[in-house]
Amino acid sequence: MYVAVKGGERAIENAHRLLAHERRGARDTPELTTEQISEQLALAVDRVMTEGSLYDRELAALAIKQARGDLIEAIFLLRAFRATLPRFGATLPLDTGAMQVRRRISATFKDLPGGQVLGPTFDYTHRLLEGAAGDPEPPATGDPAPVAMPRVTDLLQAEGLIEPAPADDPQAPVGDLTREPLAFPAERDVRLQNLARGDEGFLLALGYSTQRGYGRNHPFAGEIRLGEVEVEVFAEEAGFALPLGRLTVTECQMITQFKGSASAPPCFTRGYGLSFGHSERKAMSMALVDRALRARELDDEVKAPAQDEEFVLSHSDNVQATGFVEHLKLPHYVDFQAELGLVRRMRATAEVETAREGDTAAQEAAE
Amino acid sequence: MASGAAQPNADGTADGDGEIAARRAAMRLLVEADRDELAALVAEIGALPEHEEAKPSETGLVMVRGRIGGDGSAFNLGEATVSRAAVRLASGEIGFGYVLGRAREKARLVALCDALFQYAPYRGALEEKVLAPLRARLEAEQRKNAEHTAATRVDFFTLVRGED
Repeated sequence: MYVAVKGGERAIENAHRLLAHERRGARDTPELTTEQISEQLALAVDRVMTEGSLYDRELAALAIKQARGDLIEAIFLLRAFRATLPRFGATLPLDTGAMQVRRRISATFKDLPGGQVLGPTFDYTHRLLEGAAGDPEPPATGDPAPVAMPRVTDLLQAEGLIEPAPADDPQAPVGDLTREPLAFPAERDVRLQNLARGDEGFLLALGYSTQRGYGRNHPFAGEIRLGEVEVEVFAEEAGFALPLGRLTVTECQMITQFKGSASAPPCFTRGYGLSFGHSERKAMSMALVDRALRARELDDEVKAPAQDEEFVLSHSDNVQATGFVEHLKLPHYVDFQAELGLVRRMRATAEVETAREGDTAAQEAAE
Repeated sequence: MASGAAQPNADGTADGDGEIAARRAAMRLLVEADRDELAALVAEIGALPEHEEAKPSETGLVMVRGRIGGDGSAFNLGEATVSRAAVRLASGEIGFGYVLGRAREKARLVALCDALFQYAPYRGALEEKVLAPLRARLEAEQRKNAEHTAATRVDFFTLVRGED
């Protein structure tokens, strides 16, 4: 039951004023600029864009600043902003095969064509806190001659050792959660859209649970690549596809254990992850959970949380989750009064019964 | 624009139209410029032919699509902010500009350049004053990035070669 309550406007106004004051921090510390956030907290910006489901570095940086670094609050701000803009249409699907690669590694083949390129990575750092050390050295340089980097999955597919990706049908509609509410069973396009905007921590925990045996499928990181891909949109007024610019994305191809049947020899299966910016942990977690959610399609026994699509897809969105958890802070005075009345009545009834039973027992003892 | 409409190949040359391929190549450079850079380069052309906005520039969203497995059927990855504009020259050519971000003025400049690209008396000046300098800057940047990336390539054979 909801009841409108008035009052508290002054308190709310002053609370927000206090928030702005606290957000600014000590006045003798220089104020952060959104450029600094975008350039120096780039991975926070990438996470907010990915889970905010809106690629716009400037807006994501602004949202992080406004949210005082609370990334879920920033994601919420970005989602709210997107609702204010009209949708012009959809892009042509990104061609990650034509990526200008800045990082590309495979845990399955040491000497794959195109090689292992580490790029800017935390891997192999010692995780020791370092004091301020001034400007870093300029990066080392190598031979920039372009090298072909075929997908690892294509190499395996050439031998028929891995399942192909689902065949493209340009006429088939593409599910869109921003237009149609989630329904079950959900197809893989909708599941991937849900996972792409899903909470990194939630997907990380679910992916981890599959490794620990809750829906095990023995994954290998077949390939992780990071870089820039061109994005194009077909404009009817022009009559052809217009290049819009380039987006930074991270892609993960997870290679997982076999499927075969009486008619088809066994081959590896796949899980797929794709995220905005440099979001490797997210892309890997997404690929693990994508594979786990294919249990029904691949005849895996569905017994673990990560394989339960209704459980996973209904709880992955941190804006929805935070909305429902945090709404508990809002006034529930009337609901609580009702519960309070109820518990008082229950206690009163219990007391009367205890007294009556006590009387009966005393009477029986006397008789 | 409709996602279900018949679409050209990703390279936009399905109709074998060299002119469209050339416009797309020019746009690919133009959209990489930032607004002030593009405005300064366009100013280098000097007097421009009479033109107007065929449609007011506006900012909105596009749904960015990926492919399942990188090469399979499409899925919706997430949205991106986009600005678009159309500019018509007095001689009738219409140029289009679609750019990532909230950048209406940049979209208008890209559309203007696309219109000039189609207008023969100005194509040479556009190439010389706008496209060539942009191309040079982008190629230099891409080369530098490629050099930095290449230095992080793992050469497993180095360990073995250390023996000789």
